[in-house]
Amino acid sequence: MNIVVLVKYVPDATADRQFEDDFTVDRVNVDGLLSELDEYAVEQSLQIKEKREGEEITVTALTVGPEAAEAAVRKALQMGADKGVHVVDDAIAGSDSIATSLVLAKAIEKIGAETKVDLVVGGLASTDAGMSVVPAMLAERLGLPQVTLAAVVETQGDQVRIKRDGDVATEVIGGTLPLVLSVTDQSGEARYPSFKGIMAAKKKPLESWSLGDLGVEAAQVGLGAAYTEVLETAARPPRTAGEIVTDEDGSGAKALADFLASKKFI
Amino acid sequence: MAEVLVLIDHVAGQVKKPTYELLTLAAKLGEPSAVYIGAADGAAGAAEAVKGYGAEKVYVIDDAQIKGYLVAPRAEALAQLAGSASPAAILLPSSAENKEVAARLAIKLDSGLITDAVDLDDSGVATQSVFAGNFTVKGKVTKGTPIITVKPNSAAPVEKAGAAAVTPFEVTISDAAKTAQIVASQPRKASGRPELTEAAIVVSGGRGTGGDFSAVEGLADALGAAVGASRAAVDSGWMPHTFQVGQTGKTVSPQLYVANGISGAIQHRAGMQTSKTIVAVNKDEEAPIFELVDFGVVGDLHTVLPAVTEAVKAAKG
Ligand SMILES: Cc1cc2nc3c(=O)[nH]c(=O)nc-3n(C[C@H](O)[C@H](O)[C@H](O)COP(=O)(O)OP(=O)(O)OC[C@H]3O[C@@H](n4cnc5c(N)ncnc54)[C@H](O)[C@@H]3O)c2cc1C
Ligand SMILES: Nc1ncnc2c1ncn2[C@@H]1O[C@H](COP(=O)(O)O)[C@@H](O)[C@H]1O
Repeated sequence: MNIVVLVKYVPDATADRQFEDDFTVDRVNVDGLLSELDEYAVEQSLQIKEKREGEEITVTALTVGPEAAEAAVRKALQMGADKGVHVVDDAIAGSDSIATSLVLAKAIEKIGAETKVDLVVGGLASTDAGMSVVPAMLAERLGLPQVTLAAVVETQGDQVRIKRDGDVATEVIGGTLPLVLSVTDQSGEARYPSFKGIMAAKKKPLESWSLGDLGVEAAQVGLGAAYTEVLETAARPPRTAGEIVTDEDGSGAKALADFLASKKFI
Repeated sequence: MAEVLVLIDHVAGQVKKPTYELLTLAAKLGEPSAVYIGAADGAAGAAEAVKGYGAEKVYVIDDAQIKGYLVAPRAEALAQLAGSASPAAILLPSSAENKEVAARLAIKLDSGLITDAVDLDDSGVATQSVFAGNFTVKGKVTKGTPIITVKPNSAAPVEKAGAAAVTPFEVTISDAAKTAQIVASQPRKASGRPELTEAAIVVSGGRGTGGDFSAVEGLADALGAAVGASRAAVDSGWMPHTFQVGQTGKTVSPQLYVANGISGAIQHRAGMQTSKTIVAVNKDEEAPIFELVDFGVVGDLHTVLPAVTEAVKAAKG
């Protein structure tokens, strides 16, 4: 079985994230890392491999991003993925989800040229743009079933079953491989790379592909090809310091009730 | 004037409030046409409901071939409707499923997509809140038919009579779109409280509740509020995941958010930072949540909340 896991390199959410002058996300001056929501995708990919003992299973970590994005693939290799692919090309900078999904789809096709790809696994959302749309776009582009936002994943033979916390119901969704799967942070804690894993990762194959390798034109991607335009970005004005009281023998409750009344909530 | 398609958010024909917000926003861009995807017998009720909010047409798409499957058939149906109606824009209520429908629709129609808009102006410029609510971004779709998913509470619904002409629309769903099947579905139990993402007031509890949510629920009910939870409370099994507020839960933007026994981690802030008024009760005066609040009480939630609840009840009589 051939599994491709999608890993995105994102600015650290706990750092001071910023935009560039062209309104693209600053991916250079803010420390980046493997999106923590994609760690869950790596974890589930590895668990599928481990549970299906005896089968020959390859997990390939795939990222589309700048030079530094290689770190996201490295982390996935340290966690236990077998191979890495990093699509990097100056023309990709500023791509929107439509272009990103195009490049990912072409890369998945290329990975599948040797051995067919059975399963594409993504995360719940990238922690920077956070649209939660790329896996659905990939399913559309690749003509595959989508079994997305899984809180629980089970596979048996060519069948995949997931539990999904839908908007109005909890659902069990089923599909037949090949398909696109995405998982949430409910699917199970991601493992930390072990010392052995970190050492082993150094010897694992990691390929770097350009747009030319995928047969994608530079004009199809990047900021210039985006289907949306950002007109302005503004930091949210800092909240003005509020009033804080310490409760003593019921004084806190009284003060809070008075505050709610003054704001007309009661 | 060109039509603007608005996907109706409903449960068994019962139209939900975000639909009216979207119709109000749609009227800025063109002539609002509501799109009902559901059981045929719920269509009349839904049409009647959207009539009061300016819907000129109501397209009715029978979901008999759609309902057993996830996402793909809905995108196909909307793509076919867009092909015949040539709308100026397509608006969908922002939910996990609708964002995926919008994603596939964007690829099908070769059109740009904006998700989670919190406002929309008459030139089609959408406002979004990004980076855990630390930035607002304004942007617009520049190619194809703008497809925009809009969050609840993004506009005040404006009542306006529309013709609401019921227009059945036949769709053909391909076999390829029926490959991800809904094997089982467990509808969520109605809590009797307002929907978390739509509520004007949200009262949340975290690890500090120690698993006893009665004080949080008591205050929520006195205020007519929805109940929310931090991930710590959800991971401990105290509340279902659908109550989680934050990066990997729901994003809420109510008039009032009351955080109880919640420290205020960045992932939690991401889901509530844009609330108009924020209140916290926490026994640790150093808790980061206090950096966000309009009003904070350093104290034990188990004694503070019941007393506030009594005061609220007394004031309401
Ligand atoms: C990938 C990822 C995604 C995440 N997504 C989310 C998300 O969507 N939503 C979310 O909330 N978190 C999320 N988190 C978790 C987040 O980082 C925090 O761990 C979590 O928000 C902490 O919850 P808490 O504030 O309830 O618990 P704690 O941080 O343990 O805080 C408990 C607070 O309760 C106070 N307290 C204790 N007892 C009392 C009492 N009797 N009265 C008053 N106060 C009391 C304490 O002083 C403390 O401040 C995510 C984390 C990761 C890694
Ligand atoms: N540039 C990228 N490289 C690899 N995977 C990506 C990329 N962008 C998005 N993804 C995958 O798609 C998921 C959803 O992303 P998004 O739609 O941007 O929220 C992420 O969790 C990743 O698994």
